[in-house]
Amino acid sequence: MTEPIKAVALISGGLDSMLAAKVVMDQGVHVEGINFFTGFCVEGHTHAIRARKGSAPKRNNALWVAEQLGIKLHIIDVIEEYKKVLLSPKHGYGQHLNPCLDCKIFMVRKALAWGFMAEHGFDFIVTGEVIGQRPKSQRKATMPVIAKESGADDRLLRPLCAQNLPPTLPEREGWVDRDALFGFQGRNRKPQIELAQRLGFTEWAQPAGGCCFLTDAQYSRKLTDLWAAQGSKDYELDDIMLLKVGRHIRPAPHFKLIVSREEGENRYLEGYRKRFLNLRPISHLGPLCLVDGHPEPADLELAARVVARYSQGREAAAVTVAAEDPNGERRELTVPPLAPAELPSAWHV
Amino acid sequence: MSEPGPVETLDARGLLCPMPVIKAQDRIAGLRPGTVLEVWATDPGTLADVPAWCRVHGHEVLETAQADHEIRIRIKVN
Ligand code: SF4
Repeated sequence: MTEPIKAVALISGGLDSMLAAKVVMDQGVHVEGINFFTGFCVEGHTHAIRARKGSAPKRNNALWVAEQLGIKLHIIDVIEEYKKVLLSPKHGYGQHLNPCLDCKIFMVRKALAWGFMAEHGFDFIVTGEVIGQRPKSQRKATMPVIAKESGADDRLLRPLCAQNLPPTLPEREGWVDRDALFGFQGRNRKPQIELAQRLGFTEWAQPAGGCCFLTDAQYSRKLTDLWAAQGSKDYELDDIMLLKVGRHIRPAPHFKLIVSREEGENRYLEGYRKRFLNLRPISHLGPLCLVDGHPEPADLELAARVVARYSQGREAAAVTVAAEDPNGERRELTVPPLAPAELPSAWHV
Repeated sequence: MSEPGPVETLDARGLLCPMPVIKAQDRIAGLRPGTVLEVWATDPGTLADVPAWCRVHGHEVLETAQADHEIRIRIKVN
């Protein structure tokens, strides 16, 4: 019996990668999906964040896509390795801190390394890239850069725009029929939507912006602030996870307050509470606040006043706030809530 | 029905999605068919994501339980 031809498809959870995988599957190729967790992903995210988006379904879209396609999905933790990509991208950043081109090269390289391991035995890589879809990373000129620098070369097939690119190995070998692939180009989404309908899909995720928080202006600002405050361009997973939730208020370079905005964020921050000096109002309902950095004892009162400002006692003369440090030492402060005018907008990161 | 095999546990409490899924996936890769893996988690997202991962990989979710913010998911490895 001959082994079937096998392709590993990068699955982001969005429409394009879903279509790309499906087009190749429909040609009789065995496809499995791969998805990378960089720490910045929007997809596959936590309940707290999903709940905040209101109508967004509480699901991991990459897994959901795999289920629609009936393929396996392998989710790979690349948090550590991704640091190099983000901290010193050879090709630079996009509009914000998104190193899209380096990121694509990295992911294809990882998919290649994973898929071509002897025990996995895949023959080629599939992505949902479309020429001209993204102004910086998905251009005609970047397509060969990704293929070459990832090491995939002509084992990288982009079924949605293959007809605009030189034939790849799977096409030349007849593993897939080039005529049944596509020549999509540009930012227009109509061809993808038509194809989705033709293939029988009635639902798909439509992430705004991109696949990760690094395309988000506000998130990028918080990350830049973190680097400035710690004096070095580096991060741990917890740092970047905490940038995803809450109001971030920096009254001084040596400390920052992370104040939850609603119940979901409260629960999310709760998971970190024991590792930070944390405050919470006890005389009134109000948010949990983590204090990041190295606050001085004198900073505690200001922190308590900020927390009081976001509590239901914001109009009260005084609010009592409990502060607990990571050693479990607890004290209570009764403070007047900060007036809006006392909280300069420059403190909001 | 066959008797469940040996029971293994995976403590993914305190981890946020998708890390519990990744940990379960990596653990299951080294387990024999028939083994039962019990995943402990705290992120409510695991209630959706771990069963979804099991469905696409053909493993069976025997039971999910949630009490006091703690989640337990029993998976039979196939
Ligand atoms: S949006 Fe984020 S995950 Fe997507 S290619 Fe750009 S940097 Fe990578």
